[in-house]
Amino acid sequence: MAGTAVRKMSGSGWRLAWVCVFLLFLYLPIMLMPLFSFNDGIYVAFPLKGFTTKWYAQLFANEALAHALVNSLKVAIAASLISTGLAIFAAKAFTRYEFKGRQLGYGLIMAPMILPEIMVGISLFLIILALGLPLGLYTVLFGHVLFCMPFAISVLSSRLEGFDKSLEEASLDLGESPLMTFWRVTFPLTMPGIVSSLLLCFTISFDEFILAFFLSSTETTLPVYIWGQLRFPAKLPEVLALGSLILVGTTILIVAAQSIRGEEGMTQGR
Amino acid sequence: MTALDTDQAAVATPRAARRPAGSGRQLLKTEASKGWALMSPALLTIVVGLGGPIVMLLLYSFWTQHYIEIDHTPTFANYQQVLTQPIYLNVFLRSILIAAGATLTTVLICYPVAYFLAFDVKKHRLVWMVLITLPFWTSYLLRVFTWKIILGYNGIINSGLKGVGLIDKPLEFLLYNPFAVYLTLVYGWATFAILPIFVSLDKIDRSYLEAATDLGDTAVERFWRITFPLSLPGVIAAFLVIFIPTVGDYVTPQLVGGPDGLMIANIIQSQFGKANNFPLGAALSITSMVVVTLIAVGFVWMSRRVTERIG
Repeated sequence: MAGTAVRKMSGSGWRLAWVCVFLLFLYLPIMLMPLFSFNDGIYVAFPLKGFTTKWYAQLFANEALAHALVNSLKVAIAASLISTGLAIFAAKAFTRYEFKGRQLGYGLIMAPMILPEIMVGISLFLIILALGLPLGLYTVLFGHVLFCMPFAISVLSSRLEGFDKSLEEASLDLGESPLMTFWRVTFPLTMPGIVSSLLLCFTISFDEFILAFFLSSTETTLPVYIWGQLRFPAKLPEVLALGSLILVGTTILIVAAQSIRGEEGMTQGR
Repeated sequence: MTALDTDQAAVATPRAARRPAGSGRQLLKTEASKGWALMSPALLTIVVGLGGPIVMLLLYSFWTQHYIEIDHTPTFANYQQVLTQPIYLNVFLRSILIAAGATLTTVLICYPVAYFLAFDVKKHRLVWMVLITLPFWTSYLLRVFTWKIILGYNGIINSGLKGVGLIDKPLEFLLYNPFAVYLTLVYGWATFAILPIFVSLDKIDRSYLEAATDLGDTAVERFWRITFPLSLPGVIAAFLVIFIPTVGDYVTPQLVGGPDGLMIANIIQSQFGKANNFPLGAALSITSMVVVTLIAVGFVWMSRRVTERIG
């Protein structure tokens, strides 16, 4: 036993070292963004030139960027609400009911997950063109709903599978209507899943580029705006400042989301 | 749903038929119709919203374009071009190789990390989890672009090495090649592999491992005989979750690939942009969808057989 204990210790020691190297690989590149966003020079190269906050000042004065940000927020909020809304019912159908066509339906709804995004973008682009509809934020929103729904369904299904079906049956047996059962039993129990789904969809939509690139025309979202800026070297430090702010923003969002969810679902194995 | 549908469903689902008699009839009647009713809004959105466009894409792939006029006479000319011109075959091959390489590397890098999370971390699991997934949530565009900055002619590596005095002239081979695409894809998708592998490792019943140890397995034997086979579903999921989006990635090859590192998505996009040949772009899209699906299905089939043999 002592022998295995020693071996196990050294094994976990190696793994800890590997994880540390992995974390360096993950973090060093993105940390260049905040580092050079305070650098007083246009070129992103060593040596550093000195400290400045002027890129941030430029950023806050940039109206085109503010407009793109507002567009992205609108689309992301709408997309997360719509896809989560549709997904709640579908996830319930998949986890609660046994019926003919369930597998087929599940496969079809999950399809956007197994298609490269650019294919979805192009097919939507072509049909919108063929129907003579205008490209804009609504078309981006539609693409995002398609793209987010499978993620929402996965999150919600795993939550629904986790709770006891008999709670709903008890409520029905005790004379509560199906609607009230949903409102008073299912909904509160699914709430953490709904919140995770909303946050996940929001983040996916907010960061989504390819669909927005094909479907947005003149009303750009934030990633499409950033893409446009990447071509101009002089705009680079400002983009880095923006990236740093996004980094801070998502950090706060993710940490908040995880603290709400707590340790649940992370401690099953021992 | 009609009565006919529900009756058929009742026949098809013996599980539902075994319900207790009292409320059973009521439930039996509603099981299938409720399922369909709940599923249909999402299903309809996908079938109309994605099925329709894909049919459109398919139609386009059989048409031809003269400047801005579309000729609707059906033809296989686009597919003939896709399948016979070496440039397209090369790009397909390159995309598959780069994506497969990046996927394999990512899974290899991430497996020990997932193992660490599932078995070694006892306290503050959530903190580790957040720490590892956090970079993934920042803008994908900027994470990719960072590598252009790192590898560029006047980039971080070159200016750093020059500063230290190791090189006189910037190294030009770092950026704009397939390797840069591969490296950046590994970076961009690393976190994605951890979750599915972690979930399948975490599910493993710890008593199996104790039993193996008690019966005299060494830690290495125990890993290959129990832990690894049981984690295969997660590994397979990780492969698919990374291969499918990376093979169709547009951003990374566009930013760091250069002419020799372009992948299928870039070629397709150019048909809808500069090259302005929508039908050819559609044929390329359909072909790559078919190829990706075949690879994914083949991979799942193969790994099922492997899993059956060792599991």
